[in-house]
Amino acid sequence: MAIFVNKNSKVIVQGITGSQGAFHTEKCLEYGTQIIGGTSPNKEGQEIFGLRVFNTVGNLVTKLGVVPDVSMIFVPPKFAKNAIIEAADAGVGLVVCITEGIPVLEMMEVKKHLAQKGTRLIGPNCPGIISSEECKIGIMPAHIHKKGPVGIISRSGTLTYEAVYQLTQLGIGQSTCIGIGGDPIIGTNFIDCLKEFEKDPETKVICLVGEIGGDAEEQAAEFIKDNITKPVVSFIAGVSAPKGKRMGHAGAIISGKKGSAQDKIKALQDVGITVCTSPSEIGITISKVISSK
Amino acid sequence: MKIHEYQAKQLFKEFNIAVPKGFLADGYDEALKNIKDIGFPCVVKAQVHSGARGKAGGIKLARDISEFETHFNNILGMELKSIQTGDETKIVRKIWVEQGVNIDKELYLAITVNRNTEKIVIIASPSGGMDIEEVAEKSPEKIIKEDIDIIDGITADSLAKINACVGFDISAAVCNLYNLFVQKDCSLVEINPLVITKEAGVIAIDGKINFDDNALYKHSELLELRDLDEENPLEVEASKFNLNYIKLDGTIACMVNGAGLAMATMDLIKLSGKSPANFLDVGGGASKENIENAFRILLSDENVEAILINIFGGILRCDILAKGVKDAAQALDIKIPIIVRLEGTNKEKGAEILSNSGLKFFVAHNLDEISKALGEL
Repeated sequence: MAIFVNKNSKVIVQGITGSQGAFHTEKCLEYGTQIIGGTSPNKEGQEIFGLRVFNTVGNLVTKLGVVPDVSMIFVPPKFAKNAIIEAADAGVGLVVCITEGIPVLEMMEVKKHLAQKGTRLIGPNCPGIISSEECKIGIMPAHIHKKGPVGIISRSGTLTYEAVYQLTQLGIGQSTCIGIGGDPIIGTNFIDCLKEFEKDPETKVICLVGEIGGDAEEQAAEFIKDNITKPVVSFIAGVSAPKGKRMGHAGAIISGKKGSAQDKIKALQDVGITVCTSPSEIGITISKVISSK
Repeated sequence: MKIHEYQAKQLFKEFNIAVPKGFLADGYDEALKNIKDIGFPCVVKAQVHSGARGKAGGIKLARDISEFETHFNNILGMELKSIQTGDETKIVRKIWVEQGVNIDKELYLAITVNRNTEKIVIIASPSGGMDIEEVAEKSPEKIIKEDIDIIDGITADSLAKINACVGFDISAAVCNLYNLFVQKDCSLVEINPLVITKEAGVIAIDGKINFDDNALYKHSELLELRDLDEENPLEVEASKFNLNYIKLDGTIACMVNGAGLAMATMDLIKLSGKSPANFLDVGGGASKENIENAFRILLSDENVEAILINIFGGILRCDILAKGVKDAAQALDIKIPIIVRLEGTNKEKGAEILSNSGLKFFVAHNLDEISKALGEL
């Protein structure tokens, strides 16, 4: 078991012939992800890694006779909105958008459209999702992941790798690891993932990696209080970040009186969540939680 | 991207939002030539990227020519420090002079993104001219926050609620400001105060606009409005190389890939009893050129005593990265300590390159070893 994606997930890649798209498609194939084809405008009829390329997701569905479970998107930001909508219109259930730099107002339109179609989005501006030793859909390094009991949700990319690395070094594996993205408006949020991890029998402990900006962590804390029975360990990046500065992610900005790391840490601790003080303690803290169970 | 008040007012005019008549000047002689078109009373306003300029002494009313001369010369060149500039000061290089207005009532009007509802939100209040966060805290009944769906646009019902809250019909100003917000991909537009006058109706006395950086590619006309004088020179330099750099006031420079890990690395520096000199996300690529330019920018900060490199390569090969670090350190003749943590493919080869370089690197294999190295500096 795992959440959202597993070894049976049929995956396509939008932007499969681009340099990023092709590079990561190959890495995902090596991991064992069942990629069944891809799209790239005006490249219909070509092949890459033995996979057929189509102009649109609609064409792919018609010609392959299969509606894919997941689409992984690598198209440039100016085409990303239409790419997500195209996948949803073709009936794809889960869209994982790696693309960084989509305007906020376009994401509002995307979200409204997806809600009508019932398609789930992960990202944008995210590393993707991996169910260890089953299915990798994204840009995360494969070799640090190992199958096991920890479910990870994070707004960051490389900081997620850091958490995974620390766990694997300690011999602790991960069920599913999801980078939900660092933008102000994203598809799947902390709460959506928490709900699934609570239901997933393989996941025994949940690790929530947050950062400054917005109030997603505060909302997650509120949700965990009443709905999550599994232990949750958290780390919040940005205790040292100054107010009013955008720290790389468009969402990571402390504005006014909201969004500081201290506020988030307090909200999480208030509902009994273990919050690591240092980013170097994520692995060891989870290991202690597991052995105390 | 932020712009000045005078630039925001130019955009207001384009979108049919009335603003007082005014002119821009960066010297008194020039101002003196233009003042006769404006007359008295007039308002002398410092043009810097900050709010709360009035309280900082950057906005003054002049009733005659002698007051005008005094205020203009006092404000031009002043080092403005407001509650919104934080510890930094901003030098006033340009002044906007505009006609005084007979204010009947001051309102507040702003439009931004509501992250929670994923809609556009119009915020309005009859208590304009004040710190709106204070109004929100002390008298929340005096603020309306009306969510607008981007597909449906503003509804008559929303307009009626906004007008009822502020006590005036400001429908035209609201709709025009909304059009500006959407058409120019803003992240914030704020008019505080939006005033009601006896003679001229609804006028925007102040104006603040921030744009969504991700959408600037659609609006080449807006790029001309960027004022590099308002930005930190090192940050401007970094932006030329797609490096995400923010200058801070500590002594440990850091170079990291990924924003989250960069923030966590800054936190780690703080926990080790030191203070970060910057935030720097070199991005996913971290090419040799990137690393060299990043080094150059980090070193141009005089406060820097040591450099910490924390790269979680993943797909990046550590031997290539190590070579980039070695070459840059040699080319720039770096004398201060460099702590390097490399993780990813070929990390052993990377460590070997660094230790055989003849340069003094502290090689760390995980975050704990970084803390230890920082403690030994």
